[in-house]
Amino acid sequence: FLALECERFSICNEEKRNLSLGGHVGFDSLPEQLVSKSVTQGFCFNILCVGETGIGKSTLMNTLFNTMFENEEASHYQNGVYLRPRTYDLQESNVRLKLTIVDTVGFGDQINKEDSYKPIVDYIDTQFENYLQEELKIKRSLFNYHDTRIHICLYFIAPTGHSLKSLDLVTMKKLDSKVNIIPIIAKADTISKSELHKFKIKIMSELVSNGVQIYQFPTDDETVSEINASMNAHLPFAVVGSVEEVKVGNKAVRARQYPWGVVQVENESHCDFVKLREMLIRVNMEDLREQTHARHYELYRRCKLEEMGFKDTDPDSEPFSLQETYEAKRKEFLGDLQRKEEEMRQMFVNKVKETEAELKDKERELHEKFEQLKRMHQEEKKKVEDKRGYLEEEMNAFNKRKAAAETLSLSQPVKKDKDKKNRSVNTENQSGVSASSSKVMMAKANVEPLNCQSWWQAIQCCTCLVHNATWRPGGLF
Amino acid sequence: QWTKIKTKFMQHKHTEHLCLLFFVFQEKQYVGFATLPNQVHRKSVKKGFDFTLMVAGESGMGKSTLVNSLFLTDLYKDRKLLNAEERINQTVEIIKHTVDIEEKGVKLKLTIVDTPGFGDAVNNNECWKPITDYIDQQFEQYFRDESGLNRKNIQDNRVHCCLYFIPPFGHGLRPVDVEFMKALHEKVNIIPLIAKADCLTPNEIKKLKDRIREEIDKFGIKVYQFPECDSDEDEEFKQLDKELKECTPFAVIGSNTVVEARGQRVRGRLYPWGIVEVENQSHCDFVKLRNMLIRSHMHDLKDVTCDVHYENYRAQCIQEMTSKLAQDNRMESPIPILPLSTPDVDTEKLIKMKDEELKRMQEMLNKMQQQMHDKEQ
Repeated sequence: FLALECERFSICNEEKRNLSLGGHVGFDSLPEQLVSKSVTQGFCFNILCVGETGIGKSTLMNTLFNTMFENEEASHYQNGVYLRPRTYDLQESNVRLKLTIVDTVGFGDQINKEDSYKPIVDYIDTQFENYLQEELKIKRSLFNYHDTRIHICLYFIAPTGHSLKSLDLVTMKKLDSKVNIIPIIAKADTISKSELHKFKIKIMSELVSNGVQIYQFPTDDETVSEINASMNAHLPFAVVGSVEEVKVGNKAVRARQYPWGVVQVENESHCDFVKLREMLIRVNMEDLREQTHARHYELYRRCKLEEMGFKDTDPDSEPFSLQETYEAKRKEFLGDLQRKEEEMRQMFVNKVKETEAELKDKERELHEKFEQLKRMHQEEKKKVEDKRGYLEEEMNAFNKRKAAAETLSLSQPVKKDKDKKNRSVNTENQSGVSASSSKVMMAKANVEPLNCQSWWQAIQCCTCLVHNATWRPGGLF
Repeated sequence: QWTKIKTKFMQHKHTEHLCLLFFVFQEKQYVGFATLPNQVHRKSVKKGFDFTLMVAGESGMGKSTLVNSLFLTDLYKDRKLLNAEERINQTVEIIKHTVDIEEKGVKLKLTIVDTPGFGDAVNNNECWKPITDYIDQQFEQYFRDESGLNRKNIQDNRVHCCLYFIPPFGHGLRPVDVEFMKALHEKVNIIPLIAKADCLTPNEIKKLKDRIREEIDKFGIKVYQFPECDSDEDEEFKQLDKELKECTPFAVIGSNTVVEARGQRVRGRLYPWGIVEVENQSHCDFVKLRNMLIRSHMHDLKDVTCDVHYENYRAQCIQEMTSKLAQDNRMESPIPILPLSTPDVDTEKLIKMKDEELKRMQEMLNKMQQQMHDKEQ
């Protein structure tokens, strides 16, 4: 009995039942509610323009949005490619659009263009990364988040009339899995109708044969499937851009004036500008945003998380809780970080200790040296003192002997002494000088011994002697 | 009447000489070397002319179409173009097309040197090397031939002119344009052209021409200069010459198809908004280019190639050879040349000094002129 009940229950759960309504309930206003909510929020759209310098990217943007976005002419001599995003707030009726236009400056100008695609791919990935970070936050505010992910890449092809350039092929192959690409033929007023037809076919066949996936206008919604299908056949769009107005008939239209005629931007038999505007802005803008989020972003996210080591199911085939695994990974990561920090700190401390020890050693060495030098100095000093003492002794002894000699000579006066006395020098200091030479001098000069403490004083005495008028010529020697 | 008198006189031999004098005195004092130009004309028609033209530029610039339009023939009937994938790593080739064309009895052996692959690869480092090598090879070949013993049948394969196609999509010269022209400006006469000019309005053409001329000056690129016209030419000619010079670089359009415009069948391009006529001077400078290249300056291009570019090459070659010989201590040289008189160090120094002085004076002059000009304003 119980089993039967259960079975019935399970069958009921699987069948979908269509009920008919007895009257008007009113949930058909749900789309309107959604619309009014999104209108209040405002919309966000990001366009990436890839093409060589001067190919007409800025002019086309100005023409598409009927605004003069500020733009200076770019130079051909950039060292590499760099991306320049600019955000504008536009409003039409009551709909607000936050438009970001990203320009590739310097694309196609370098002689070696092997790395030209890298900055572009990096920029797209960075926008995805930022969104992913926001999504993974614990406290997040996605409704407030300014979505910078690129919704559409307009690739500008130069109108050579032959085929794609090698750079175009290489770049588009790198971008097709990351962003919606719409290829357009720029400056199309230089290609005649027959050439254009052949050119378009050649480009599309090259893209197909090289596996480049460009954006296909969606044909699943009946209201727009017809127009989208026919537009798909017109790719790549051959466009002409202009912000100048020319008078045609009695209207002023945006056009380019040549000596041989006037190319009207919005004339569908002249170029595909109207088709591009229709597809890009008026019909499929929302689909582009959706594709970016549902396809390209999800692909990026999956690849990124797989890289980080996440899987959809763990070894027990239980669905993983992203949050848990994320936390676990995060802890692991932080743990790693901390360990590394500890290691580094340890290393640092060790190093400091080492250096300290070294410095201490050195200090000790210096001290020792200092002591040694001091000792040496003391010894030297002592030696000198000893010598001095010795000299003084000798001096005293000598003085004694001198005094003794004098007393002896006084008791035997000689003529010479008289002369000597007359010629006595008016010196104030009288003291002995070093033994032998002074004795000789005295003997030779017959002069009173000078009592000088130093040679300097001796010289001074001599000088006085010289000045003394009573100095006998023939002098000392 | 003359013949009667002549036969009468001829009967006597010694009067033969008298009758000749008689003739001379009856007619004006006419020597006859005024017929030299006619003789030159006659001989050159008999000998025929040759001209080698090189075209260079990225693929898709309209080079072959322009050549076809210039010479009103189809030189590229069965051409195979590479697609983008094949061009990623493409190397530059040199392809020669030689045709013999004749007009009013004058024969021209025209050689067009094509350079497919230039600037088409992703990495275009030194993509001009095969081209400079080719030009040097032709110089070398001529040098050898000229120095040989039997010089009866020298073939002149030297490149007389190079048309360089600048894309009209940019704001001026790109790095690859500058590098190419700098690598070749001392080996060949370069004539830069703005290709596919039907994507530019007259204002845009003027801006681009001014910008390119400025950049050519700035980077020191020596493009082919038209010779100054003689002071005794009439005013109209001088005016035309001036217009020609101010029009460079020529903005050209080419076409392989004939369309009906203003009741006539002309070479042109058919658009939904109008018809571009290749030979309409208000549409593009094709006529100016054709006149200059073929009708007036073809010979001057050849002369400059022989007298300037080839001579530079030759002098350089000989200097290298003699320096090598000096190194190897060899006395005889393999080619007949006169020894170069190198000016000694002193005169060189003097020359240098004078040059610098001249430069300084020129600068001062310029400054003064500028000051005067400012004062006037």
